[in-house]
Amino acid sequence: MKFGQWLQNHPHFLEQTYGLTHRVFTMLDPLIAKLGYERVDHWLRGPEEFAKRIVFDCRMCGQCILHSTGMTCSMSCPKNLRNGPCGGVRANGYCEVFPDKPCVWVQAYNRSLEMPLYGDEILVIEPPVNRSLEGSSAWINMLTGQDKVTPKAWESIEIIPLAEK
Amino acid sequence: MNSEFKSDGRLERVLRSGRFAVTAELNPPDSADPEEVYQAALVLSEVCDGINATDGSGAHCHMSSVAICALLTRAGYAPIFQVSCRDRNRIAIQGDVLGAAAMGVSNVLCLTGDDVTAGDQPQAKRVFDFDSIQLLRTIKIMRDKGMFLSGRKLTTPPRLFLGAASNPFVPPYDWRPYRLAKKIEAGADFIQSQYCFDVPRFRQFMQKVRDLGLHEQAFFLVGVGPLRSEKAAEFMRTKVPGVHIPDDIVERLRKTPKEKKVEEGKRICVEIIQQVREIEGVSGVHVMAYRQEELVAEIISEAGLLPRPRIGGLSAQDSKVRPRRGNRVNGV
Repeated sequence: MKFGQWLQNHPHFLEQTYGLTHRVFTMLDPLIAKLGYERVDHWLRGPEEFAKRIVFDCRMCGQCILHSTGMTCSMSCPKNLRNGPCGGVRANGYCEVFPDKPCVWVQAYNRSLEMPLYGDEILVIEPPVNRSLEGSSAWINMLTGQDKVTPKAWESIEIIPLAEK
Repeated sequence: MNSEFKSDGRLERVLRSGRFAVTAELNPPDSADPEEVYQAALVLSEVCDGINATDGSGAHCHMSSVAICALLTRAGYAPIFQVSCRDRNRIAIQGDVLGAAAMGVSNVLCLTGDDVTAGDQPQAKRVFDFDSIQLLRTIKIMRDKGMFLSGRKLTTPPRLFLGAASNPFVPPYDWRPYRLAKKIEAGADFIQSQYCFDVPRFRQFMQKVRDLGLHEQAFFLVGVGPLRSEKAAEFMRTKVPGVHIPDDIVERLRKTPKEKKVEEGKRICVEIIQQVREIEGVSGVHVMAYRQEELVAEIISEAGLLPRPRIGGLSAQDSKVRPRRGNRVNGV
């Protein structure tokens, strides 16, 4: 966990890595499509979970939004909050549920401030989680567009309009 | 602000008329007797514009909020239906919202909810299918687009005034105004805050809220409440999630002689109401007096907030301005 924590405290490096991985997967898309998304998903699940669990304490929701949440896994929040901290955060910035763990969202917010590439995306309103994607590879869902599919009536809001930031 | 009413409720009318609103929390009974709800509502109804029916607050089981709302609307009161994401998934919640609206509920407060570990049944499964922002947006979609989240059409959409909570008093402090911005963008028409005991911090928060222009997009009601003693204060700030009480308030209660503590707690509450009332962007107060309901009327009276405006009958009564169908039951 220590290596993971060290990495997480370098959010700019992580967002660059994210950007790079995103490009690599997009480049490989035609090949993955040929091999079959389902098949590659099967191969990728294990390694993806292994790597992301070490670094982010990943919960394999299958619709990764790490770059929008300060490179901090919002699913590791006991309440699964994807749009910001609950009102129960302790005065020392620790979690309401686990008094010995820092609040995921306090960390997410602080880290987002050190992320010139994706930091602003913390202001995106995240749609409800598609629970049926749980356990599948988020990278493959990114390529197939599954992770962007929202409930039919949902109105997406990109970064919320604010007078100043 | 949109001048068209989104609900048929009194709270929206009081707020949109520019008057200072008062809401109060009803402590739900651990009982199957409706009389206990009516007794509690009776003391509150004359002194406020909306009665909050809590949804298993502190993760303790009580009579359900939707049932309390149903009882209250039957008696002609104006409840605020609190919905927490802790216990129900999206299917249950959307159904409850329709049911509540059918029972005459005009206000819904969307909450994340205290975690199960805060209550006396920590073994329970936590749901949190939605977060409070997704919940707000979903109910807004039901109201404005007339459909469930799945896109399935509603024959009659609910008319609701949508509320959200805000807690400016816990970290990350700088983020709190942005969290509020998200809630308003997601659909909040009014905000009820956590207990405010730290007015300087609240002033700072409201400064940022005004800088972002949020005070013009939603009505902000500040949460207030009396402290019975320094022990109660100590309990609340250590055991109740999200409550911040500065040391000087605890100290003030400690220095007060035993027989005057309740009075002093009440006075602190009244002073806080008078202070926050002067802050630009504050549209009302939300009084939460856990196990001290008898004090609510005194506090509201001493803060100079009586009489409540009479819109459509008794104070906390909903104005039935929409005689839509002949057979509509008013339940007054």
